[in-house]
Amino acid sequence: MSLGLALVAVLAVAFAAAWVGFARGRRLRTAGRLHSLPVYHGAYAALWAAIPALLLLAAWAPFQSQMVNQAVLASPEGRALPQFDMQRESILSEAQEIADGERDQGFNPQSSTLAPRIRAAEQRYAMMGGVAAILVALGTAALAVRRSKPQFRARAGVERWVMIVLFAASLIAILTTLGILLSLMFESLRFFRLYPLQSFVFGLEWSPQTAIRADQAGSSGAFGAIPLLWGTFFIGAIIAMVVAVPLGLMCAIYLTQYAHPRVRAWLKPILEILAGVPTVVYGYFAALTVAPVVRDLGLRLGIESASSESALAAGLVMGIMIIPFISSMADDSIAAVPQSMRDGSLAMGATTSETIRRVLLPAALPGVMGGILLAVSRAIGETMIVVMAAGLAANLTLNPFASVTTVTTQIVQLLTGDQEFDSAKTLAAFALGLALFLITLLLNLIALRIVRRYQEQYE
Amino acid sequence: MSSRAPSRWSDPAMHRRVRRRYIVERWFRGVGFAAVALSILFLAFLLFNMGSKGLGGFSRYEAALPIDFTRSDLFLDPATLRGPDAAQTVASADLETAISKAAVAAYGPSAGEMFGDAAITRLTKAILADPNMLGGTSTLWLPVGSKLDVAAKGDSDAANEKLVDMLQARHALRRTFNADFLTASDSTDPSSAGVWGALKGTFLTILVTMGLAFPVGVLAAVYLEEFASRNRWTDAIEVSINNLAAVPSIIFGLLGLAVFLNLMNLPRSAPLVGGMTLALMTMPVIVIAGRNAIKTVPPSIRDAALGVGASKMQVVFHHVLPLALPGILTGTIIGMARALGETAPLLMIGMRAFIAAPPTGITAPATVLPVQIFLWSDEVDRGFVEKTSAAIIVLLLFMLVMNGLAIYLRNRFERRW
Repeated sequence: MSLGLALVAVLAVAFAAAWVGFARGRRLRTAGRLHSLPVYHGAYAALWAAIPALLLLAAWAPFQSQMVNQAVLASPEGRALPQFDMQRESILSEAQEIADGERDQGFNPQSSTLAPRIRAAEQRYAMMGGVAAILVALGTAALAVRRSKPQFRARAGVERWVMIVLFAASLIAILTTLGILLSLMFESLRFFRLYPLQSFVFGLEWSPQTAIRADQAGSSGAFGAIPLLWGTFFIGAIIAMVVAVPLGLMCAIYLTQYAHPRVRAWLKPILEILAGVPTVVYGYFAALTVAPVVRDLGLRLGIESASSESALAAGLVMGIMIIPFISSMADDSIAAVPQSMRDGSLAMGATTSETIRRVLLPAALPGVMGGILLAVSRAIGETMIVVMAAGLAANLTLNPFASVTTVTTQIVQLLTGDQEFDSAKTLAAFALGLALFLITLLLNLIALRIVRRYQEQYE
Repeated sequence: MSSRAPSRWSDPAMHRRVRRRYIVERWFRGVGFAAVALSILFLAFLLFNMGSKGLGGFSRYEAALPIDFTRSDLFLDPATLRGPDAAQTVASADLETAISKAAVAAYGPSAGEMFGDAAITRLTKAILADPNMLGGTSTLWLPVGSKLDVAAKGDSDAANEKLVDMLQARHALRRTFNADFLTASDSTDPSSAGVWGALKGTFLTILVTMGLAFPVGVLAAVYLEEFASRNRWTDAIEVSINNLAAVPSIIFGLLGLAVFLNLMNLPRSAPLVGGMTLALMTMPVIVIAGRNAIKTVPPSIRDAALGVGASKMQVVFHHVLPLALPGILTGTIIGMARALGETAPLLMIGMRAFIAAPPTGITAPATVLPVQIFLWSDEVDRGFVEKTSAAIIVLLLFMLVMNGLAIYLRNRFERRW
């Protein structure tokens, strides 16, 4: 018997319990006025039959694999295994695959003799766990069914379970946040044990290739994050915003203040398409179409070092992507300015543009600033455009035609080669991830605070 | 306040000032319009650029090749090709050399490498369909190799262009719909590479994402909107949901790598892990959309149901949730469309491997369409340029369909109270 079979059996018991509970509820109905509908009697029995048994199975599964492992190692074939770790592991995993029926034969003959042992042990423990789970299911089901009486509040019992499920679902958000924080911090701490924190935060040199041989050139294994942070900031917060802020803001102004409502109803969704295009498409566009143009432009301007992986190409395309984001943020904050302010300005004889520039924009400024900060946080976390269009050279430069690299590019670069998990290179990616997480979190918190404080002013 | 003479509107200085103000007004308006026009032009250029490059990927050139099977060294006997082992027998024959020799015989020494993997596949099928062909000479239309294909589509390469001209002069070249692009999987040879494997991977991944994120997101939204009392727990949940919606997607990839792969030892580059990672990313979007949809259901519905004796749980599941469902579904589809276009987190969990067969299940190694685009964009072979753009067209079509569905749902079913 396997645990899968036990699972099916438990579900069958639950199904039977539901049916018995339902039938009993219906019979009770003739005896007198029921508190709960028969359906709830059935559901109550099914939930009590299934949940404790399923919890038991879930707890048993890891325990079983541990017990099977011990039993196999204690067997004569298991004791004959080589002590050397890697060989031992590979034979064991091969034997496991044979026992699972995923392959017929291993490279190592020992794995074939080990496989029946694994299968026997698995069967023994699965039998124990499975029978226990089924007995528990039967027991709890019987208890639950016996409780149904006309006055029995089956609905309250069912709703309590549903409530627990609802609460558990909402807890997943917290668990995800905790998971992100813990996994990033845990791996980062391991990284900072190998590489000092202050060298990471203040270091000016980034060259993650660790030397394989001692005399190898250019492989210092330096993990100074400043050039990456600068590159990220240069592309995401400067170049992209130089493109996106004026365009997004003017789009919002035109669409809210000038355009006919019918035109606006058409133009706005079209503009939103820009935000819906997958980033990998932007990346390809940037690398294939924009980057060569920018390089040629740089060469024509007399900049010798113009790179085909320039910061400008990545930043321009990222800016285009951000336009609808800024536009809708500005849209919201302009719409939040009270109509009376606008009317007052127009009544004084100001033109529409004067009203916008002197009254609406200053009043909407905090909201617009908050929106820009949110846009920056999004641009900083953007990955595919910079991976495909920006370079890998960690330069500290102000020249937009030169190649810079970003935090996200380096995370992808560090984690998608072939590497062992414990090297400083891999762990550095998590430290960069933590830095990215904290920076975007900070930007979001500041932006939300600005937006919220400003909203309260007019309400 | 100093006393000033009242404005004299007939004064020429005043006229000039008013005129200047109106000119500024027109300019400002013009700049606004230009900003909108420029943004839309960017979009149009992007789409046109991808479209014009990618349409070529859906078609390919085929060349007529007369093969004299009696003179080739295939050693295939038509009689043996009727049993169940026929496919294996043909696969073990050296069709590549036979094609190359026939091409040289027909079109001269420069034609030796004009066919690629796709031609071999086509010839294999032709032989299996009609083994008697092996007895004589027959002329077959075979897809040309990538280099010649690129040359025929007008990309410069002197040697191949000469060959193309020669073939065209002899009417031995034709352009056909490339069905392989939609039915084949990734390949190192651009002439036989297709998106089907990636599409199937995308489908499985999105299925996992949907199966996890939708129920959890809806239940969480119901709890927060209908049942949660305001306390520290609820605040913590709300803050973390709002934050998760703004966390960069690559961070979710790091989470998936650390927790699903390294801690839980789930298989690398499997749709299961990809779907779980994307589900964590999409769930906050669904919760936020769900809460907004539930909020719009008027309290009178709840009061009426409570008034006739429904329990709180019955009110929610029998009345509020069905009424809020169109709004929730719209939000869900938009979240799914975003997950569909996501690349970075999937790279983190190892979905960038070269996978030449469509995945068989949610734990089999797979790749998804955006990642496939990324992988092809890195290829040096020029034949992959149009394949990449063609794959982008497929991806954009999917996004269009999903967003169109969301808009349709919103217009058709959403109720204004």
